[in-house]
Amino acid sequence: MIVAEQKPLSAIKAMLGDCRKVLAVGCGTCVTVCFAGGASEVGILASALRMARRIDGEPLDVAETTVQRQCEDEYLEPLAEGLDQYDAILSLGCGIGVQSLADRYPDKRVLPALNTAFMGRPTEQGVWEERCQACGNCVLDRTAGICPVTRCAKSLFNGPCGGVQDGKCEVDPTIPCAWQLIWERMDKLGLVDRLMEIEPAKDWSTSRDGGPRRIVRDDLRLPDGDGA
Amino acid sequence: MAPQGRIAIEERRGGALPEAGKSGSNLERVLAQGHFAVTGELGPPKSHNAALVREKAALLKGYVDAANITDNQTGIVRLSSIAAGILLVQEGLEPVIQMTCRDRNRLAMQSDLLGAAAHGIRNVLCLSGDHQSFGNHPGAKNVHDIDSMQLLRMVKELRDESRFQCGEAIPGGGPRLFIGAAANPFADPVGLRQYRLAKKAAAGADFVQTQLIFDLPRFKDYMKRVVDLGVHEKVAILAGVGPLKSTGMARYLRDKVPGLTVADEYIERMAGAVAGISEEDKAARRDAWRAEGIRICVEQIQQVREIEGVAGVHIMAIEWEAAIKPIVEAAGLAPRPAAGAP
Repeated sequence: MIVAEQKPLSAIKAMLGDCRKVLAVGCGTCVTVCFAGGASEVGILASALRMARRIDGEPLDVAETTVQRQCEDEYLEPLAEGLDQYDAILSLGCGIGVQSLADRYPDKRVLPALNTAFMGRPTEQGVWEERCQACGNCVLDRTAGICPVTRCAKSLFNGPCGGVQDGKCEVDPTIPCAWQLIWERMDKLGLVDRLMEIEPAKDWSTSRDGGPRRIVRDDLRLPDGDGA
Repeated sequence: MAPQGRIAIEERRGGALPEAGKSGSNLERVLAQGHFAVTGELGPPKSHNAALVREKAALLKGYVDAANITDNQTGIVRLSSIAAGILLVQEGLEPVIQMTCRDRNRLAMQSDLLGAAAHGIRNVLCLSGDHQSFGNHPGAKNVHDIDSMQLLRMVKELRDESRFQCGEAIPGGGPRLFIGAAANPFADPVGLRQYRLAKKAAAGADFVQTQLIFDLPRFKDYMKRVVDLGVHEKVAILAGVGPLKSTGMARYLRDKVPGLTVADEYIERMAGAVAGISEEDKAARRDAWRAEGIRICVEQIQQVREIEGVAGVHIMAIEWEAAIKPIVEAAGLAPRPAAGAP
C-alpha cells in the first residue's frame, strides 16, 4: 500500500492561509488503511482546524467527505456539485490523490494535508515499513524476495557493505541489514552460490530516472482512443 | 553459509599477482616485484588550501609506495580526492584516489577517471562510500547509481577492454589504472566476508586494503578463510593498521564505528601508557599515548606480516600523517623500493 502521514497542523494551517471555506477530502483506500487520510482522520483534522482558527479569531468552515479512491476520476465526479463555494480542496489522499483532484478541477486550489511516505506494509501494529521503490525492473528473484534497492540504505546490488554490525545497518541500528537477510535467506533456499555472481550495473531508465512513467495496454484501451 | 562449487573468480590474464604493467603504477610495480607494500592515507583539508596537502605529502613521501586520498570521507565535504591527487603527482608522491559511489553517477565517475588518468594518476580505490547521514550534509541526496562491485568492474573494463560502461569504445584506449577495493574482515556477517572479497577480485580488484585491524585473532581467521579460497593469489591484500592517539580514540573506534572491533588489550595498553601521569599534564599524556600508539602499530605490522596472504600494509594515521615515518622506520620498512629498482 501507499503509506502516508499527516503534515503538522501548523503546516496545514499555514497552507490554508486566508481560506474561509474548504472541502476536506479523504480517500478510502491506502491512506485509510494506514490511518492517515480516511473518513475518521478527515473528521479529526477538520475539527482541529476549526478549533485552531476559532482561537485565532478567523473561523474556518470545513466540509468533510471521503471518496473511495482519489486516484480515479469516476470517484471524483460527485465532488463537482457545490465546489464553487469552497476556496480550496484539502486533500487527505496521497500525492496521487492530490494530483488527481488538481487534474479534475483545474480551477480549484488543491492542498495536500499528508506527506506521502512510501510503498510498504504494516510490520506490526502502528509500524509501517518501506518495501518497494518501483524501480520498474524487479530483482527480487535474485535476492530471495528482499529488495536491496529499497531496504539497503545504499541500494547496493552486491552487498553487504562493511558497515553491518550485529546484523543491523550502519545508518540506523533499528534497520536490519537487507544484504545479511538476503544472504541468510538464499542460504536457507540452497541458492547462496548465486550470490557469487556479480549483479551488473542496473538500467535505471525504468525507474524515475527515465522521467515520469506511463504504461499503455492496448488490449485494455477503448476503440478510437476513447480510453487514452 | 558457504557457496560451494562455483566461486566465480575470473582467472587473470597471465595469472600472476599482480600482473606487471597494467597501469604504470608504482604500487603495482612494488607488489609485482614481491616487496611487502606500504600505503598510507592522506586526508585532504576542509578548504582549498593546497599548501596543507603539500605539507602532508612531504610527511609521507619516501615512506609509502602510494598514498590514499580520501573522497569526502564520512560524508564530509573536503578538497576533492582527484585534485589533491594532482598535487601529490606534482610533489612526486604517488596517489591512490578514492572514489565513492555515493556522490557520482556512472557518467561523472568515468569522466573523473579519464581526468585523473590525464593528470598522471595511476591508482583508484573503489568504495561504496560512508552514508551521508554521518556527514555534514545529511540532507543530501545520495547517488548509488552503481555499487562498489560494479565500479570495480567498470574500471577494469575501461582499462582492459578500452570501453565505457555503456559498451562504447574509448578512442585511443582506456585509462590505465591499478584498481583497489576495500574489505572489512570484521563486519557482519563475518562468515561470508571472504566470499565478498572473492567477488571483488572477480570484479576487477588488483589490490585490497582492509579496515583497521585491532582484533588480530579475528583477522587471522579471516585470512585463513581467504587463503583457503585462494583469493590472496588473485588480489594483493594490504592489511589496514593505524596508530591509536589516546585511550579515548581506542574506545571511540570500539564503540562508535560500525563494523570495527577493538580488542580490550589495546584499550588497556593505551590506558596503561598514561598511568602515573597527572591528568593536568596534557602534553606528557599526549606524548605517552602517541609513543604507545606508534609502538602498537609497529608490532601490528610485524604481526600481520607473518600472516599468509598479506602482501603489505595500509597505514591509516588519521589526521596524524607525521606518524607514518616513525612507524615505517621502526617496522624496518624504510627505505621504500626506489622506482626502477629490481
